Amino acid sequence: MEFFKSDKIYNFMGKRLPFLGFSSLLVIASLVILFTKGLNFGIDFAGGTLVQVQYEQKAPIDKIRDVLNETKYKGSSITEFGTPEEVVIRITNTSPDIANDISDEMHKILDSTGSFEVRRVDMVGPKVGNELREKGLMALGLSLIVILIYVSFRFEWRFAVASILALAHDVTIALGAIALVGVEVNLDILAAILTILGYSLNDTIIVFDRIREGVQTSKESILDKVVNESVSKTLSRTTLTSLTTFFVVVTLYLFGGEIINGFAFTMLVGIIVGTYSSIFIAASFLVQLKFSISDYRAKEAEKLKKQKEKDKLRAMYEQGTV
Amino acid sequence: MKIFNYRLIIFALSIIFGVVFSIPSLMQTDSGKKISLGLDLQGGLHMLLGVNTHEAVTSKIKTIATSVKYFTDDEDILIDSLAIDEESITFTVLDPDELARMDEMLAKIKGLEISKVNTDYTVKLTSEEIERTKDLSVSQAVETIRNRLDQFGLAEPTVVRQGTTDIVVQLPGIKTAEDEKAARELISKPANLELMAIDEVRADQVYTMSEAEASQYGDIILEDTKNAAVKYLVKEIPILSGSQVIDAQVAFDTANQPIINFTLNSSGARIFGDFTGKNVGSRLAVVLDGKVYSAPNIRERIGGGSGQISGGFTVQEAGNVAIALRSGALPASVKLLEKRSVGPSLGADSIKASTIALVSGFIIVFIFMIVYYRRAGIIANIALVTNIFIIISVMAMFGATLTLPGMAGIVLTVGMAVDANVIIGERIRELLKQGVSVPKAIEDGYSNAMRAILDANITTLLVAVILYAYGTGPIKGFAITISIGILASMLTAILGTHGIYEALASKISKDKDLKKWFGVK
Repeated sequence: MEFFKSDKIYNFMGKRLPFLGFSSLLVIASLVILFTKGLNFGIDFAGGTLVQVQYEQKAPIDKIRDVLNETKYKGSSITEFGTPEEVVIRITNTSPDIANDISDEMHKILDSTGSFEVRRVDMVGPKVGNELREKGLMALGLSLIVILIYVSFRFEWRFAVASILALAHDVTIALGAIALVGVEVNLDILAAILTILGYSLNDTIIVFDRIREGVQTSKESILDKVVNESVSKTLSRTTLTSLTTFFVVVTLYLFGGEIINGFAFTMLVGIIVGTYSSIFIAASFLVQLKFSISDYRAKEAEKLKKQKEKDKLRAMYEQGTV
Repeated sequence: MKIFNYRLIIFALSIIFGVVFSIPSLMQTDSGKKISLGLDLQGGLHMLLGVNTHEAVTSKIKTIATSVKYFTDDEDILIDSLAIDEESITFTVLDPDELARMDEMLAKIKGLEISKVNTDYTVKLTSEEIERTKDLSVSQAVETIRNRLDQFGLAEPTVVRQGTTDIVVQLPGIKTAEDEKAARELISKPANLELMAIDEVRADQVYTMSEAEASQYGDIILEDTKNAAVKYLVKEIPILSGSQVIDAQVAFDTANQPIINFTLNSSGARIFGDFTGKNVGSRLAVVLDGKVYSAPNIRERIGGGSGQISGGFTVQEAGNVAIALRSGALPASVKLLEKRSVGPSLGADSIKASTIALVSGFIIVFIFMIVYYRRAGIIANIALVTNIFIIISVMAMFGATLTLPGMAGIVLTVGMAVDANVIIGERIRELLKQGVSVPKAIEDGYSNAMRAILDANITTLLVAVILYAYGTGPIKGFAITISIGILASMLTAILGTHGIYEALASKISKDKDLKKWFGVK
């Protein structure tokens, strides 16, 4: 079985401006959503308490709301979670008292609403929330710097900049989608974002590797053509790997249960955007940055020359003819 | 035919390694190292506690005041207006001739900053001593909480320090809300036992006195534990503190009410004996966590260093207080910064859901690879299965914890692990189409693919390392599974499958049916 004719070269770079335009639209739309609607920060980052309760019958949401409104937890949000029997109560308060915390109180308060089991209580104090947020941003920032350094070292600085731009493109669109759907942003969503980062980078680097190889081996000196050839040749691999990963994430989304739903959704968007960007966008950045094949070849030749001289010198030295 | 190539041998060894060491985790055997499940999968309680280290400093100041008082009483040095505020002690020595003895006594206590104006002393802790005290209070709190939980009989509690003031407590064994509450109470109980003298001169005025007035006399007002309306006026500086308690046991008094017998260490016993000997007829308040439990009359000198706390316990409470006293007082109070409790049923649901996702995702990838690549797909699948076994084995060996995001990490690895084989497979197909011979296509396919695979995996690995370093809890778990997955896939996909092809190369060449082997004409 084959997806694409392996000898066919598609003219991706010829249509790069429309694709870049489409991507710009997506990125701008994402930014607008992010700045107007904003992300729905969950308790991991915003602090607060979450109580997940499972009733033996259909959860009496109105009754729970009535009962809670009589207490200091007035105005807590109560939502169905996965099944009609299960609800999640979100409270903005936190209680630093270990011996008597919100879960004890909840047990008492909800006593009259039916027979239930408290399945999960998460409480994150404001200090921890801040710390988690800072650490998350720190991880994201550091990852980008490390990628920049590594790719610059292994390829060339324009490859590094292009891959970072492609990543920024993917992550922005994924965040936009999260904001649009209103997925609650918790630590696991951060993990998903960081995975998208890794995944999309993976994809991009494999395409870039082909371009690097093309620049070094083919006689072609027009960058557009080398890029077209490289992207076309990696097309089968890109789609195949994306499909297998996509299958797994889809099953995770369908069968993983409510808790993993947000994670799977984020990954799903990330994989689609990541695949799109490594085929249509990442290499376009490279072309836009005016990567020069002749300069690169000259540099490589220079490197090779130096290496050869060194080897020659060593050989002479070892034979004792210096 | 090269059956015994080194790649194949290493691959065979890693298959054996993977299968053998994942048996305990998969079969849940009694012996052998197993993957430990995170609290989100098995249910339990996770708490992040913050220690109020400042309190430890205050309490250290209080202890120093107690020794000054004991010393001056014992040596008959007259002092006046001994007072404590949060960070310092002040007092005045009445007889200037005693200054030298006082200085000598204070010099014996380490870490003090003493300033003296004539006969007025101000004693503080040096800043290094304050830091040291704070630091010690956290490690002591860790020790105390660990002791208490051990005695409470919970399975595998984890208590570890995090950063300068925080403590992580994980209790996997907690099943019910009642258990959880009991454990939380046990952890948070300061169990600070103090024996304090009642100010018999002014005891009658306690109900009309304000706190400010009381402090003028060096007294404080404490409530009774059973009845908040009952108040006691006690000397601010305790005679003894809980740090001198070495044992505490539940016993029953004549009315069959639970009481707690405690035993003091030798210096505590001496101080207790001296004090009771000198104060026959006055009352002694037994104070636990700032509340008066009882205030019996001292009838005679109590030697031997044991005493009892009576009043208002249930049997279970008395048991918990005794555990808390035995394991020592918390040097400072702790507050709850973060709590995550997962019921066992939710954990079981999560395992079930993610296993379904893992297995079904796996099967889809499996079939897909065979349809697309034929026999090459089967070889890639062997690598994939080995990969999973290796992840399980390595995690079990290093005692890594499998969390829900960790499960997601494995699921993702399944998707991504085939990537290396896809890259190699595509390269081989390309070469075969150019008419290159099978053995050469295999060799060149691997070497052409190598650079891309390495670069891609190393960058992902670098990101995973950063995630591990800066992530917390679930993200760490995720970073671990991804890292192990990437490393394992390099071993299985690059080395392992290459070994298989090497062994089969001549057979494939003879066969000539490339569609059967690589899914390509």
